[in-house]
Amino acid sequence: MEKIAVKVDDLTVAYNYKPVLWDIDLKIPEGVLMAIVGPNGAGKSTLIKAILGILKPIAGSVTIFDKPYKSQRKHVAYVPQKGSVDWDFPTTALDVVMMGTYGSLGWIKRPGIKEKKRALEALEKVGMLSFKNRQISQLSGGQQQRIFLARALVQDASIYFMDEPFQGVDATTEVAIINILKELRKAGKTVVVVHHDLQTVPEYFDWVTFLNVKKIATGPVKDIFNDDNLTKTYGINYKVSIQK
Amino acid sequence: MTDAQFEIQLIASLVAIACAIPGTFLVLRKMAMISDAISHSILPGIVVGFFITQDLNSPLLILLAAMTGVLTVVLVEKIQKTKLVKEDTAIGLVFPALFSIGVILIAKFANDVHLDIDAVLLGELAFTPFDRVFYGDIDLGPKSLWVIGIILSVTLTLLFLFFKELKLSTFDAGLATSLGFSPVILHYGLMSVASITTVGAFDAVGAILVVALMIAPAASAYLLTTNLKKMIGLACFFGVFSAISGYWVAHWLDASIAGSITTMLGVVFLFVYLFAPSKGLIAVLYREKQQRIEVSLITFLLHLKNHSEKRERHVNHLNEHINWEKVRSKTVLTLALKNNMILITDDIVSLTDKGDEFTSKAIEYILTNEDSLIEDMKDDFFLFRG
Amino acid sequence: MEIIEYIQLVFSDYTLRTITLGTAVLGAVTGMLGSFAVLRKESLLGDAISHAALPGIAIAFLITGSKDTNILLIGALVSGLIGTLWIRGITSKTHLKSDTALGLILSLFFGFGMLLLTYIQKQPNANQAGLDKYLFGQAATLVESDVWLMTFVTGLCLLVLLLFWKEFKILLFDKDYAQTLGFNTKFIDILITSFIVLAIVLGLQTVGVVLMSAMLLAPAAAARQWTNSLGKMVFLAAILGGSAGVFGTAISATQNNLSTGPVIVLVASVFVLFSFIFSPKRGLLFKRIRLIKNRNDLELQKTLAFMYHIVEDHDDTSHPHTIRMLNNFQGYSRKGLRKLVDKNYVEVEGGMWSMTSKGFKAAENLYNQNGKND
Repeated sequence: MEKIAVKVDDLTVAYNYKPVLWDIDLKIPEGVLMAIVGPNGAGKSTLIKAILGILKPIAGSVTIFDKPYKSQRKHVAYVPQKGSVDWDFPTTALDVVMMGTYGSLGWIKRPGIKEKKRALEALEKVGMLSFKNRQISQLSGGQQQRIFLARALVQDASIYFMDEPFQGVDATTEVAIINILKELRKAGKTVVVVHHDLQTVPEYFDWVTFLNVKKIATGPVKDIFNDDNLTKTYGINYKVSIQK
Repeated sequence: MTDAQFEIQLIASLVAIACAIPGTFLVLRKMAMISDAISHSILPGIVVGFFITQDLNSPLLILLAAMTGVLTVVLVEKIQKTKLVKEDTAIGLVFPALFSIGVILIAKFANDVHLDIDAVLLGELAFTPFDRVFYGDIDLGPKSLWVIGIILSVTLTLLFLFFKELKLSTFDAGLATSLGFSPVILHYGLMSVASITTVGAFDAVGAILVVALMIAPAASAYLLTTNLKKMIGLACFFGVFSAISGYWVAHWLDASIAGSITTMLGVVFLFVYLFAPSKGLIAVLYREKQQRIEVSLITFLLHLKNHSEKRERHVNHLNEHINWEKVRSKTVLTLALKNNMILITDDIVSLTDKGDEFTSKAIEYILTNEDSLIEDMKDDFFLFRG
Repeated sequence: MEIIEYIQLVFSDYTLRTITLGTAVLGAVTGMLGSFAVLRKESLLGDAISHAALPGIAIAFLITGSKDTNILLIGALVSGLIGTLWIRGITSKTHLKSDTALGLILSLFFGFGMLLLTYIQKQPNANQAGLDKYLFGQAATLVESDVWLMTFVTGLCLLVLLLFWKEFKILLFDKDYAQTLGFNTKFIDILITSFIVLAIVLGLQTVGVVLMSAMLLAPAAAARQWTNSLGKMVFLAAILGGSAGVFGTAISATQNNLSTGPVIVLVASVFVLFSFIFSPKRGLLFKRIRLIKNRNDLELQKTLAFMYHIVEDHDDTSHPHTIRMLNNFQGYSRKGLRKLVDKNYVEVEGGMWSMTSKGFKAAENLYNQNGKND
């Protein structure tokens, strides 16, 4: 049997005492490239944030490789939504990517030459090396997203959680990002992506979770990405022409 | 009570009402700090006006100073538009600069005349009855009374004329624009009224109290009602109540009337903040506790509905997988039992028909985003609340 | 007074030296911490805290009867923290928004403080005089021990800043991410807030409650315009804050009747204004110039492209044409044409113009580039 990377048990999260995620049971096998899809307000980002401990659930538990999340932080990297930070913050692209090394450094210790080297490598991987000294507000949306991706790459984790990495990026960036994600999968990493564009699901991902407050379905794209599950998730006869 | 005492209380009450009305809109429009900015930055306007007119109650001075107030708003908005700094930083940069200019002007040029910083910050409510208006030999009352009376009548007239427009643009600026009410005109109209009121009240009660009189009654009222008319009414009542009670506290302590009125405003707010029926701190904390248990209950019921396996429905599972500590699990179980939602046989929990119906309905409401209906449903199903 | 004379006086005169040092250190520490307040979008919190500190001063005096700065400042610290906590409580537990909460705490605490101050003043036996210096500040009352206290706090603040620099930076930029990395964001948060409150309280004696917030904001807002690095911004804000203190003190010391606080604030405001206009990267002036330059460049390119279309049909690309036919074209101006001549793209003779081979090549390049972008 394959190894389970992330296991979520009976997870319930509420905002102001209104449940936004209800009793989610989810197993994410190691080495998959998984999309979380669902309508707006379905709790997709909430699910990721609850797994990462940014939001405190009212019930349920999360384990990473069979151990509680808190002890497994170093195996997990996170790419937040691009809009969640202030891009006018006085810092450069390289500096943001360096933040990916802070976790392994721990308190007080400063990043050194080794960390800088890792950051530069990550920048190169996302094709942003020539922008390393650029102030982050002077980057395009796609470039900002790549910087965020590079920051997660620096963490050198086993599991990557990404919140809408394709939102508001240009076509070139989208291709670049998906290629990196596929590369990560090839290297045996697990990648979990909150995704909006249903059209590209079969092309980009091999695993999918349908979510609308409750978990609707989860499994291999080729088995469960069908009109039936889409309708269950999005209500009314929701049909997508699936490109095979 | 002497005539002077009566007049002071009357002036304070009128100031309170004149401030409460624009204050209500400022609070609703999330612009409360603008009133702080205006009250500080009218100082240079007052000083310059005073040099020209030599009279703190002259209409020209009031207009000049009010213009500085509106200018502050414009300046803040201009700085915000440059995007060089974040929005609230713009406010924080403009008013100290203008206030400093005012202070320096007073120190340099007006040190020997009747205008000092203490008066600016605190006003001189106690002296207002001594500066009177005469028509020939007939005593028409204190000047401040006239000034604030006129400002209040203008404010009230504008409020009655444009109530609908103000209400609409406050709650739904988009709709207001599409209906042809310019939000820009209303915005600057409100800013002008706020500025003029601040200037008019400034002389009597000082810069800081003006801010308190604008924000505190409105904020207190906002914790009690969301109906605009009631909110304005309540704000005025709180303002007047604090003005009068504050006066007597000051009388008793022999301290600043303005400071005492502000303190009363604080007492009123603290009282409302703690005890307001549904939005006060105690009510909120109580409701949160109740809801925390009830949402746990719903979570638990849903879990039962989702899982038929015995393992998942064992009492111990509550601790192990749902990750609740013993006390919480117990509270939830007891509540569910009390409400006839579950049955426990051999430590295995199962839903009753009632529990099943409740859970199905709850799921439906949440999926269709009609969360508010759950509260109604709770009333129907629950015999005991959390 | 001559400048040199003044500088000599700063070194020789005990009071002036103390004040100058005090305001400089104060400006530096508030500038440093102000950078964090500005970046956290909590600019107005400082205003609320400083006003909220006033009743603490009065109560500390009422309880102890002492006018010792340190005791009064502890009172200020406590009541400033209570104000801060109450603001958090109002915004998290009620539907009142942060601006209302700030305005409420600011005015209510201040009013209560004034009530207490006036009450104290009326007490027959109190040696009360001097408490109202906390309204606008009186740098003249600074003594050496005050400066030492400020220096100590500044040093402490600098040490913490250096130790937790990386943590501060990541918290300010991306709090959620910091949390996933395993940092205790609440601890860092409390650390920053405590130092901001401490810096505000330290400044009350010098600048006063009313204007203290400007000391926090102005140097930071000015520094932000000159650099895109957090480290440089904090450093520059400290320098600017310190200079505002020194210059402000100098101006108020050489003039009659000027309290130091407002002058320092005004000097800092001038720094802000200057930075807004003249900073090379973000400043309004250079933005304006760049805008005009871009527009001119665009018009020049358009004119060249237009000429290119006229000449490309001819075998001889340098065939002359009348200038008059350019008048119909929108982007054309005499100045533009002169510029093209200067660049050697076009030659003008009498009322005729002709394109040089260099101009033709440039236009061709331009044309191909635009074509590719489409």
